Amino acid sequence: PSSFVIPAVNNPAEYCRQNYTVGYGTDTNQDVQFAKGTTTLAFKFNDGIIVSVDSRSTMGPYIASQTVKKVIEINPYLLGTMAGGAADCAFWERNLGMQCRMYELRNKERISVAAASKLLANTMFQYRGHGLSMGTMVTGWDKTGPQLYYVDNDATRLKGDIFSVGSGSTYAYGVLDTYYRPDLTVDEAIDLGKRAIYHATHRDAYSGGINNVYHVKETGWVKVGSWDVNDLHYLYADEKIAARNP
Amino acid sequence: ENSKRAIIQKMDTILALKGDGFVMMAADCSSARSILVFSQTQDKIKVLDDSKLLGQSGPQCDTANFSEYIQKNMTLYELNNNMKLSTHATAHYMRRELATALRKGPYQTNILLGGYDEKAGESLYFIDVYSALVKVNFGVHGHASNFLLSVFDREWKEGLSVDQALDVVRKCVAELRTRFLIAQPNFIIKVVDANGVRLVEL
Repeated sequence: PSSFVIPAVNNPAEYCRQNYTVGYGTDTNQDVQFAKGTTTLAFKFNDGIIVSVDSRSTMGPYIASQTVKKVIEINPYLLGTMAGGAADCAFWERNLGMQCRMYELRNKERISVAAASKLLANTMFQYRGHGLSMGTMVTGWDKTGPQLYYVDNDATRLKGDIFSVGSGSTYAYGVLDTYYRPDLTVDEAIDLGKRAIYHATHRDAYSGGINNVYHVKETGWVKVGSWDVNDLHYLYADEKIAARNP
Repeated sequence: ENSKRAIIQKMDTILALKGDGFVMMAADCSSARSILVFSQTQDKIKVLDDSKLLGQSGPQCDTANFSEYIQKNMTLYELNNNMKLSTHATAHYMRRELATALRKGPYQTNILLGGYDEKAGESLYFIDVYSALVKVNFGVHGHASNFLLSVFDREWKEGLSVDQALDVVRKCVAELRTRFLIAQPNFIIKVVDANGVRLVEL
């Protein structure tokens, strides 16, 4: 955007930081409390990328919603995930979608994932110190194959094979790192994505609701499905019991 | 939030030393935030061109933006003037950019610039976050400097061979593994000499 309305104070960045910060517990005394709390994950394997997210939105101890769409469909071959401030993610990724479309029109070819993530990172760099809160993964399949980038509000941009972002990310990493292999079959990969999110929602109070899973293929992304994590809990519990008594 | 921005990160380890006709630079490969490690395969030594290595420590946003800015301007200079910048010129250019930005929007990046020029031979420059520039025989950035500067003081001498330099680097890595709280399992090592830049195994 070419210009934004900024608070008419001496130091707008400082003002934003003090009154519009997003943080677990630290924003409960502000006038504006932000919606956050999440587990999102994405990993690359031989047959593409699996993106798996939860759908809970919390404002302090209050669960604002259990049905938030945390995977943002930037265009038919680019996906972005949402963690941190919901408004920041939704707005800036939609803005990224606009920038990607402009690139397509100007250059007559699709934008690469590296370039798309760099555009987002540059936007974040511009607003450094202003209190934006966004931890996202930009993923897609371009000329160079499946690509996965992590971008956050500090303008950190990292390329990688496995990322998990959000309050429940450490729990998801536990399951993900232990069972990840690049040669997983598509079904095994989807199962791993589901399980990692389930385990994170089980332990992290700020994550829960529905698990949405997407698969990024050469032809673009497809939505694999949605599962209520509560149902997954009993499903996996039954599996454990069945495994113990064959 | 205020205090978070003012804290200078010193978790990255970057070290470098001059040898006989080369500069060897090593960096750890961890990229982390708070208690979470994002990646153990981060390359913190940028190859500016075929005769210069740029090792940077600090937040990835600042290091990436600063190094890309410098690199693009170096390429522009080359196109305009049909000659490459020397290591000396590059170091002073970087220092000037950091100094100008210091009172406006500082780049939080510690730099080690190592290069090989035909005339000047091997040279190593140490630039810190406040844009202080020194030409050195060896340098370390981050908390690691507290442990490693003494190792370098003891071990470095004029005219080291690549094998001898690698041995010194191995001693440094071993010391960090013994005494440094932050686990840094992977290190990337690069060497620049008259033949260009190459990767070396620890």
